[in-house]
Amino acid sequence: MLELDAVTAGYDRRAPVFRAASLTLAPGESVGLLGPSGCGKSTLARVAALLHRPDAGRVTVDGEPVRGWRHRAPRRLRTAIGVVFQQPRLSADPRLTLHDLIAEPLRATGRRTEAPERVAALAAATGLTGDLLTRRPHEVSDGQLQRACLARALVLRPRWLVCDEMTAMLDASTTAALVAAVEEYRAEHGAGLLAVGHDRVLLERWCDRTVEWAGCAEPGT
Amino acid sequence: MKPDTVKPDAATSDAVRPGAVAPVLSVRELSVRFRMRGGRHIAAVTGASFDLAAGECLALVGESGCGKSVLASALLGLLPGNAQTAGSAVIEGTGGTDAVDLLTASERTLARTVRGRRIGLIPQSPAAHLTPVRTIRAQLAETLRALDRTPRSALPAAVTAAADRAAFPTGLLDRYPHELSGGLAQRAATALALVGDAPLLLADEPTTGLDRDLVHRTADELRRHTDDGRALLTITHDLAAAERIADRVAVMYAGRIVELTDAAAFFGAPGPRHPYARGLLAALPERDFRPIPGLPPELGDLPTGCAFAPRCPRATDRCATAPDFADGVACHHAEEPARA
Repeated sequence: MLELDAVTAGYDRRAPVFRAASLTLAPGESVGLLGPSGCGKSTLARVAALLHRPDAGRVTVDGEPVRGWRHRAPRRLRTAIGVVFQQPRLSADPRLTLHDLIAEPLRATGRRTEAPERVAALAAATGLTGDLLTRRPHEVSDGQLQRACLARALVLRPRWLVCDEMTAMLDASTTAALVAAVEEYRAEHGAGLLAVGHDRVLLERWCDRTVEWAGCAEPGT
Repeated sequence: MKPDTVKPDAATSDAVRPGAVAPVLSVRELSVRFRMRGGRHIAAVTGASFDLAAGECLALVGESGCGKSVLASALLGLLPGNAQTAGSAVIEGTGGTDAVDLLTASERTLARTVRGRRIGLIPQSPAAHLTPVRTIRAQLAETLRALDRTPRSALPAAVTAAADRAAFPTGLLDRYPHELSGGLAQRAATALALVGDAPLLLADEPTTGLDRDLVHRTADELRRHTDDGRALLTITHDLAAAERIADRVAVMYAGRIVELTDAAAFFGAPGPRHPYARGLLAALPERDFRPIPGLPPELGDLPTGCAFAPRCPRATDRCATAPDFADGVACHHAEEPARA
C-alpha cells in the first residue's frame, strides 16, 4: 500500500499549495490523478515519491511510515519508488551518456556489477536501440531521452512508480510506447503506479481507476 | 471529441484553396542540410512543398526530431551557420511591398521587414520567450514602438488594444512573466506576435505542456486569428490540437512531408493514406493506443529508399526506392484515395 493521509504541502508554510490530500493505492494498483495545471498535483507526486517533505500529514509505504524525505529517506524506501518527470531535459545529467544515466541508480546504491545486464534489458524494453546508449542527452530527441529516464526509474526494480506528466512533451506514438513499457514492467513485477496528469483520455485508458484532484485535496490559500 | 470551433465547411475551404487565391506563403522543394564535423551531413528537411492561403491553417505534425522546427527556423531565417538551404519559400507582397524569398533574403531584410511585420511568431515556450525582468505592458509598448512607430502619447491606448486582440486581461498588464499562468503567458506572447499585423502567423508547438482545457482555448484563439484573414502555420505533435484548428494537415517523417491532405478527411473518414500517418493516429489513447514499432531513423543516416520502410507493416521490395510525392502522399502502398 502507498498511502497519503491528510497531507498538506507547499513551498511556504503560511501558504500551502494544497491541504488535507488523501490517496491510497493498493499493491499493484494503477491510479491516475487528474487535475488542471497549477493545482498542486506535481507537488503531491513529489511528496509520494519522497522528494518533498509535506508540512503536515502522513505518508506510508508498504506499512512503513515515512519519517525522512529526499536524502534523509532510508535507502530501502527510496529505492522502492521509481519516478519519471515531465521534462526529460531537466531531469537528465547532461554529462552522462544514456547508458550511464540508466545505470546511475545502480552505481549510487553500490550495485554497479548488475549494470551491463540491467541496462541492456531495459534498453530493449524501452525501445532504445543501437548507438543511442553511447550518446549524451543533447544528441538525442526528447522522446529518446524520456525512454532513458523511464529505464532509469525501473533499473532498481521499484515496487511503486510515480509518473508526473511523463508523456506531456511527447508525440502520440512515443506516448503509447512508453505506457506499454510501464505496463509490461508492472505486469512482470506487480508494481503499483501513480500517474499524474491532465489528459483524461490518456489516464482513463491507462489506469485501473482515476481520481479527480478536487475530490482528493483541498486548495491551499 | 468533435471540435466545436467554427471551421469553414468543405465548400468554403475549397474556395480559399491555393490556386483560387494567391497564397500568402509558397514553399517549393525546401531542403535544409546541416554540415557536421568530419564531412557528415544531416538532412533535416528534404523537398518540402506546400502553399498556405489567407484564412487557412496548415498543421505540420510528426514525431519529435522529424524536422518540423527546423522548417520553421528556415522560414524565419534563424538557422545556425552550418545550415545549407535549397529550394524557395516565397512570402507574397502586401500593401506595396515586394514578395520575398525567405531563404535568400539578407539578414537586414529579414530583421527590418519580415520578422514581426510579415511573419508573427507564436513561440513554443512563452515563459522563455518573454523578457523575465520587464512587465507585459513594457514589452507590448516596446514592440508597438519598434514595429508601428506608435507615438508615445498614443502608446497607452495602443497597448490596451493590442492586449485585447489576444484576449489578455488588461488588468494584468503590469505583471511580470513569472507571475502569469501558462495560458496567460501564451496570450501575452500571442499579443506580441499580433502587434505587427503580419499576414502569416507561425506557431511552433503552441500547446506543449498546457492542460487540455488550455489547449482547446489556445487552439480556438489561434483559429479566430486565422478566421480574421491571417494564414497560420502551426507546428505540433499534438494531434488533438491539430484536429481542432487545422484546415489541412501535413505529416512529416524523417525530414520529408509524406502526406498533405484535408484535415476533415485525415481525422475522420476515410482517414490518412500513408501508413506512418495511420500509425500515428492509431497510437492516440482514444483510438488503438498502440505505438508504431521502432524508432525514427537518424537524419544523418537516412536509407536510400523509403525512410519509413523499416517500421512499416506494408513494406515490400519496392520500398528500396524512395517514393515520389504524388497526389498528396509519398508511399508505394498508400491507401486508395476515396473518390466521392
